[in-house]
Amino acid sequence: MDIIVCVKHVPETAEAELKIDATGKGIEKTGLVFDINEWDDYALEEAVRIKEKFGGTVTAITVGAEDSESTLRKCLARGADKAIRLTDPKFAGSDAYATAKILYRVIKDMHFDLILTGAQAGDDGSAVVGPVLAELLGIPHATMVKKIELGEGKAFVNRELEGGLEERLEVKLPALFAVQTGINEPRYVSIMGIRKAMQKEVKVMGLADIGLSESEVGEAGSWLMIEKLYVPPVEKQAEFLTGSPDEIATKIVEILKSRGLI
Amino acid sequence: MAKILVLAEHRQGQLRDITFEMLTKAREIAEKTNAGLTAVLLGKNVRDHAKTLAEYSQKVLLVEDDRLENFNSDVYQKVLVHLIREHKPILTIIGHTSYGVELAPRLAAAMKIPLATDCIDLAFEGDAFIVTRQMYGGKVNVRAVLRKSESYMVTLRQAAFQAQKPPVPMNGQIEEIPSPLTEEITTKRFIEYVLPPPGGVDITAAEVLVGIGRGIKDQSNIPLVEELAKSLGGVLACSRPIVDKGWLPSDRQVGTSGKTVKPKLYIALGISGAFQHVLGMKNSDLIIAVNKDPKAPIFSFSDYGVVEDLFKIVPVLKNKISELKTQKA
Repeated sequence: MDIIVCVKHVPETAEAELKIDATGKGIEKTGLVFDINEWDDYALEEAVRIKEKFGGTVTAITVGAEDSESTLRKCLARGADKAIRLTDPKFAGSDAYATAKILYRVIKDMHFDLILTGAQAGDDGSAVVGPVLAELLGIPHATMVKKIELGEGKAFVNRELEGGLEERLEVKLPALFAVQTGINEPRYVSIMGIRKAMQKEVKVMGLADIGLSESEVGEAGSWLMIEKLYVPPVEKQAEFLTGSPDEIATKIVEILKSRGLI
Repeated sequence: MAKILVLAEHRQGQLRDITFEMLTKAREIAEKTNAGLTAVLLGKNVRDHAKTLAEYSQKVLLVEDDRLENFNSDVYQKVLVHLIREHKPILTIIGHTSYGVELAPRLAAAMKIPLATDCIDLAFEGDAFIVTRQMYGGKVNVRAVLRKSESYMVTLRQAAFQAQKPPVPMNGQIEEIPSPLTEEITTKRFIEYVLPPPGGVDITAAEVLVGIGRGIKDQSNIPLVEELAKSLGGVLACSRPIVDKGWLPSDRQVGTSGKTVKPKLYIALGISGAFQHVLGMKNSDLIIAVNKDPKAPIFSFSDYGVVEDLFKIVPVLKNKISELKTQKA
């Protein structure tokens, strides 16, 4: 099983307070910690587990700036064999569609049995790259995948629907699966893994290497162009309880009492 | 006349809520742009659905085929490519649901139609098509313009719009279209629905829920919040990351992929308030949220908010409630 995993280097923002930058089209990146996109982390783990069971190779690919190297190093430390970083100033401003085109130009000449991606990225939440890449490659796909079982020339996957329901599908291989979080439990990186990863090579390619024109990447090659970012308007705002933890707890108790909840 | 197509979503004999939300938004855009509103219904033995959709649209395109009995994005794509080529809509609207994310990006790429996903608003402004979507788990809104095209496609976020019946039923005409499917599609095959394993706790029946999110940091902190829940006679619920990490079973998950709850009290601890979670709990009678980030979206859905480390609040709160109970006893 030769597996390709597409990953993205994104800021962790779940618990961070975000500020919109001077261009109005992005967020202030200083002070934010960047890491592998959470969904891709599960995709990588799934790829490594399949490799450990069936043999083969895992190649991690990203489209990103120089700093995305750390995410690829993490993939290598966790069990990927090879890594490719697609970096070019011209790629800046690429939306999910342009990103899928860039990935396609590299992947179309590689051997693979399976491509895994995250179901979406934590920054733009598009959920587009995987299925578009599958269309460009002409291979079947499934998204929101919660379980993968490999058979002879096909795979059985469970897709997450709404309200806890799942559906089971049979998909012909080679295929692309965009995985949902919770499909596995990603492992910790071992010191040994980090040491080994330092010796592995990360191949770097740019626009000239992949044979796309400038008009097909970046904003020019995208479907979606950001006009501006803004803080979501607040329709209703909570009444904030302030003071020391003790004072706050007292206020909460009073509210609960007045509602007959205690 | 320009057309707007809305793909009806249905499963196991039911038209899903998103269908009516899409039709409501589409009606607004159709009125503004003087376009015709067409619902698209693909399935097997779904004539009753077509009649319902006719109340919400000027036309219903109905394609029935055995191969459309259960959703399969490859089969849907074949039929929709045919319909979109035939009807040349200015806009095709699909739900940002599990079905929609499986279908829309690939369909858009195949037809080279610019697509924006998970939209919370959309409008034609002059000859530009503008969408509003969110980034970073709902912390930032984005206004974006789609590449100029004769046809656009969007997926619409669930519950972003409230479904409303037209003032007068629209009595749309149901047009039956012969299935354009010629051959078996073997790339992907639906096998069955898989139900979640029955859980030990029914959080939808609880009157008090203490919901925990990423802010709980570590599994070892669960007993602390569990005690708070118990002191209130309630049970623990959670957002998705807690189930993903295996810290609580999936029957405790609140949100689009979990349960929808409406307790008398919901205390959200360390939950930022991504819409997937909020949709499952926003109708609770009383919501109190504790989060370190003052701009966390959860505060827009809460009655009371506390901007503080939950570990500073929870122990004190639990003690006060326990004391009160001892006094009463």
